[in-house]
Amino acid sequence: MSSSALTIRGLHYSYGAHHVVDGIDLDAHAGSILGVLGPNGAGKSTTISLAVGTRRPDAGTVRIFGRDPVTDHEATSQQAGVMLQDGGLPMSAKPLQVLGHLSSLYSDPLSVEELAGPLGLHEFSGRAMRRLSGGQKQRVALAAALIGRPSLVFLDEPCAGLDPQAREVVHSFIRDLADRGVAVVLTTHDLAEAEELSDEVVVIDRGRIIAQGAPEDLRNASDDSRRLDIRLDRPAVPDLIRRLCDIAPASAQGATITVEGALSAAQIAAVCTAIAEAGAQIADLDMHAQSLADVFFELTGRPLR
Amino acid sequence: MRMQRIASQAKFETVAVLRNGEQLLISLVFPLGLLIFLAKTPLLAGLGVIAPDADPLTIAVPAALSLSLASSAFTGQAIATAFDRRYGVLRQLATTPLGTNGLILGKLGAVIIVVLIQFALVLAVSLVLGFRGPIDVLGAVLATVFGTAALLSLGLLMAGTVRAEATLAGSNLIWVLMAGVGGLVIAHPGEWGTVVGYLPSGALGDAMRAAVGSGNIDIKAIIVLLVWGLVGTLAARRWFRFE
Repeated sequence: MSSSALTIRGLHYSYGAHHVVDGIDLDAHAGSILGVLGPNGAGKSTTISLAVGTRRPDAGTVRIFGRDPVTDHEATSQQAGVMLQDGGLPMSAKPLQVLGHLSSLYSDPLSVEELAGPLGLHEFSGRAMRRLSGGQKQRVALAAALIGRPSLVFLDEPCAGLDPQAREVVHSFIRDLADRGVAVVLTTHDLAEAEELSDEVVVIDRGRIIAQGAPEDLRNASDDSRRLDIRLDRPAVPDLIRRLCDIAPASAQGATITVEGALSAAQIAAVCTAIAEAGAQIADLDMHAQSLADVFFELTGRPLR
Repeated sequence: MRMQRIASQAKFETVAVLRNGEQLLISLVFPLGLLIFLAKTPLLAGLGVIAPDADPLTIAVPAALSLSLASSAFTGQAIATAFDRRYGVLRQLATTPLGTNGLILGKLGAVIIVVLIQFALVLAVSLVLGFRGPIDVLGAVLATVFGTAALLSLGLLMAGTVRAEATLAGSNLIWVLMAGVGGLVIAHPGEWGTVVGYLPSGALGDAMRAAVGSGNIDIKAIIVLLVWGLVGTLAARRWFRFE
């Protein structure tokens, strides 16, 4: 049973009359990765700021390992590392100087080398931060979040701007953190990344949590976009479609038949039998499963905000 | 441990200043250049600031000290803090055990270290140029402490409330105005002199000229600096935004 590293209850925060965070409850557990998803302006980054104590909530409570991050900042900041979306590192210094300085602020930090080697920071360690590419800055920012040997880490878009190789390294780092018992709060717009890495996902929109659960549970919660597409060697006849509709909702367009819903193995076998008995042969078959992206769009809509 | 973190931040910021060419130019090269220029040319006597047979160092030395302090405490910190804010450095550091108070104290520590380095260099060059005082040490310390508090708080207020580019332009412009017409380098006669005497730049200039060169304490100027320091600190605490 994992213990709670972060507990948020009834969190509210407003900019004037605009409720950016409107009653959020959240838990992050040791050894697990919590993905926080939502459209731009949904309230994700503000929630993270409130969670780490750089903002004071209008109402509600935040606890990091049982302590308030605002009133007990020194203790909670020793346990929580933060990687900000915009880097947050001094531009005139070199990467290892920055990490060396940050390590001096913690009571039990990792050595700079423990992060510089695996994250490949040596290859650009002679350049000032301002001269690094976006992806290189991201790697330094990740190291900055981890230098204090945190038990809870907030990662805001950790892979933005990374090439596939660097992304794989960072993903591996994040999984390794969780394997070592660190609670990871991962904020991302990359739905595939969230699906791949997260043990649990929350979707925030307009300051509220609108969905929460394991990625697989969220995908299975709705059958709307699950379907079976079958291409036949000849146009589908109406009799065949009527037989298929006895099994599951079905439609045809020329030689392509679509059977809607999450079909069981028995239903799929019945569909194939019906097709064979109609004298047709299957030329191609494609099963469409609901992705986290489908769920996200279903929940938050597709139009730009 | 808390003091160690603040000291570490002060050291990091000091090194950043000393490695920054533009900061060095404004913090060291210009004040030392001003000192040598005023000491070696007849400008001060020509402007009627001093009598023809008076020692120009009695004005040049406090001018260089005041300009040094204004460069570090106001312009340098305003620009550095504004860009740190723009790049999210303040937010990131606020999430560490250093915290926001430690960050501000670290900046104060860096300013004090840089000002001490500046003063040591200015006084060393002044001695080489033949300056022998008089100096009222207490008056110089009061002018330095309250001048730093006033200018640093105003610099941070600017950095924490307006955009980085505006802070860059504005703080440099104010530096030029403080040096040119703000009473920082020379005392201005007449009503303008009275007005600038109530500004941080004029009060710092008056306090430093009284302590270094005349050997006494300008109580009124010290009080003006104290008031500006309080106002600036309260305003910065109220309006400074970390992001």
